[in-house]
Amino acid sequence: MIESILSVNNMVTAFKTSDGLLPAVRGASFSVKKGETLCIVGESGCGKSITALSIMGLLPSNGKVTEGSVMFENKDLLTLKKEDMRSLRGNEISMIFQEPMTALNPVFTVGYQIREPLMIHHRLSKREAHQKGIELLKRVGIPSPASRMNQYPHELSGGMRQRVMIAIALSCNPKLLVADEPTTALDVTIQAQIIDLLNDLKRDFEMSLIMITHDMGVVAEIADRVIVMYAGEIIENGTVSEIFNSPQHPYTRGLLSSVPNVDDPDFHLNPIAGSLPLLNEKISGCRFHPRCPHAMEKCKAVSPVTFEATPTHSARCWLMEDEEVRQHGGQRAGTL
Amino acid sequence: MADSAQVLYSVKGVKKYYPVKGGILRRVKNHVKAVDGISVDILKGETLGVVGESGCGKSTLGRTILGLEQLTEGNLVYNGTNISGYSKKELKPFKKEMQMIFQDPYASLNPKQTVGEALEEVFIIHTDLRGNERREKVIRLLKEVGLTEEHFDRYPHEFSGGQRQRIGIARAIAINPSFIVCDEPVSALDVSIQAQVIKLLKDLQEKHELTYLFVSHDLGVVRHLCNRVLVMYLGQMVELAPVDRLYENPVHPYTEALLSSIPRPVVGVKRERIRLQGDLPSPTNPPTGCPFHTRCPIAKDHCAVERPKWREIEKGHYIACHER
Repeated sequence: MIESILSVNNMVTAFKTSDGLLPAVRGASFSVKKGETLCIVGESGCGKSITALSIMGLLPSNGKVTEGSVMFENKDLLTLKKEDMRSLRGNEISMIFQEPMTALNPVFTVGYQIREPLMIHHRLSKREAHQKGIELLKRVGIPSPASRMNQYPHELSGGMRQRVMIAIALSCNPKLLVADEPTTALDVTIQAQIIDLLNDLKRDFEMSLIMITHDMGVVAEIADRVIVMYAGEIIENGTVSEIFNSPQHPYTRGLLSSVPNVDDPDFHLNPIAGSLPLLNEKISGCRFHPRCPHAMEKCKAVSPVTFEATPTHSARCWLMEDEEVRQHGGQRAGTL
Repeated sequence: MADSAQVLYSVKGVKKYYPVKGGILRRVKNHVKAVDGISVDILKGETLGVVGESGCGKSTLGRTILGLEQLTEGNLVYNGTNISGYSKKELKPFKKEMQMIFQDPYASLNPKQTVGEALEEVFIIHTDLRGNERREKVIRLLKEVGLTEEHFDRYPHEFSGGQRQRIGIARAIAINPSFIVCDEPVSALDVSIQAQVIKLLKDLQEKHELTYLFVSHDLGVVRHLCNRVLVMYLGQMVELAPVDRLYENPVHPYTEALLSSIPRPVVGVKRERIRLQGDLPSPTNPPTGCPFHTRCPIAKDHCAVERPKWREIEKGHYIACHER
């Protein structure tokens, strides 16, 4: 068994709002193994980005992780001092964002921004950092990298900017890269280039990748393992083939049949009824039951526990209880 | 192509250039050729998809067709009437026939107006119904798009994205148009909501015999919703075909690359992939000859010189390419 590089245990992230303390992530537990790509999928407001920001320690000032732990190589990131976290961030754990234009600083050249982490974390001289920067830009597929070093972000196209972001994120050879919807703002032909690049880099740099996305197609192309989030909870967790070929949770199934299949002319679109719950909405029992086509009385009253379909595949849904009983003779699997 | 009797809207050689000004005197230095010679017949009752990457001119085409942008060149023939030179006043009866659904439903609604007021406005402008009748009409509309009477007095911020798009759709169908331009109507929505809105658009089309021009970059949605698809690249037409032909037998290398770039939500099937190199060139300074030759895997020398002709390769299937 390969050891995990990151393990998140029962993490709760809440926001102080005028309506009181509202939890955006409600007890998330998962782990990422060395060299593995974990995709977090879900719709807007499900807490996938907040999960990433909680790990990175980059929550907005009104947000706070109130429970749980985030273990990165035997260190709990939540209890680290600010300075220690800062020396880890951009060095051992890096992040790339959806909109590279807002993540890059418009008043500094690409070169300045790519040298910065190298000079701070690896204590390279400016000249060494510059050389390394050119190599990195070349590695992420930017043509004429030496002249790009002197350009400003606005002079680059969207795909180029995302490549620059990736180069900056990889500059210190991170062990873990967190990518928050890195291809959502890009056109499909450029998206395909970036996905290929991430797959190559992950292999070459031997790093783990947490990829946040709402696009099931992207997930299928890049993930080893997938967690599906709904309204702040992880509702399903499995390998990529388990999630796509035998989804257990009705929400996961609904997500998969909400995306029209390009290759199937007779694809039957089967949308999930209703809309996503608001953060301050109180829902008893399973958080998905108001939209679930299979909801039973029990779902309305009691929040489901986690059931295992296989050792690598689990979901939070009462529908699995019956099967569980049949398979394991009444023995219930514990929470993850 | 099909008989002219079935043609609802004929778009003939439409061009839309935006001037680029520069220097102290703000002289026109160059043009952005957003739409550069599009000719297509939109048939009654069909959904014509327009696809392409951002900046290919697909949205500008939609807006130009509706008369929201001044034509630079070309003719627009709606139901046999050439409306291209018409003034605003002359266009008014035609605007009743043509409506638009926008991408961002929040930006297209007035935040200070209740939804009821916003929808009533349509009837004030285009009909002479009185207050009560208008209210009744609006309520019927709200119900038709899956909302309720209670929503009449609410403000746009009280709605979710999907509901706002439903309001946008209600506004568009209010005065029984026959032609609707849908400009990326579902791309700002979450997938589960997106599917609901697609279903609504399909149902309404059937019920009201609507003709759609569906502008989108989402090739999955286009396959599901459209009858024919026009592929655009840098303001020009690249390929036009019935939807199944285009997806099963794309002929133009750009269409091929576009289709193979879509990530499929299927695991364990290895697919042949064509990866395009580089970015979309700037529409201010498009490449000479075939606009796609700078990224084309099969480009030859003459592609850089000569613009390929638009030709029919099988019934209803057109391409612009020298090599295929």
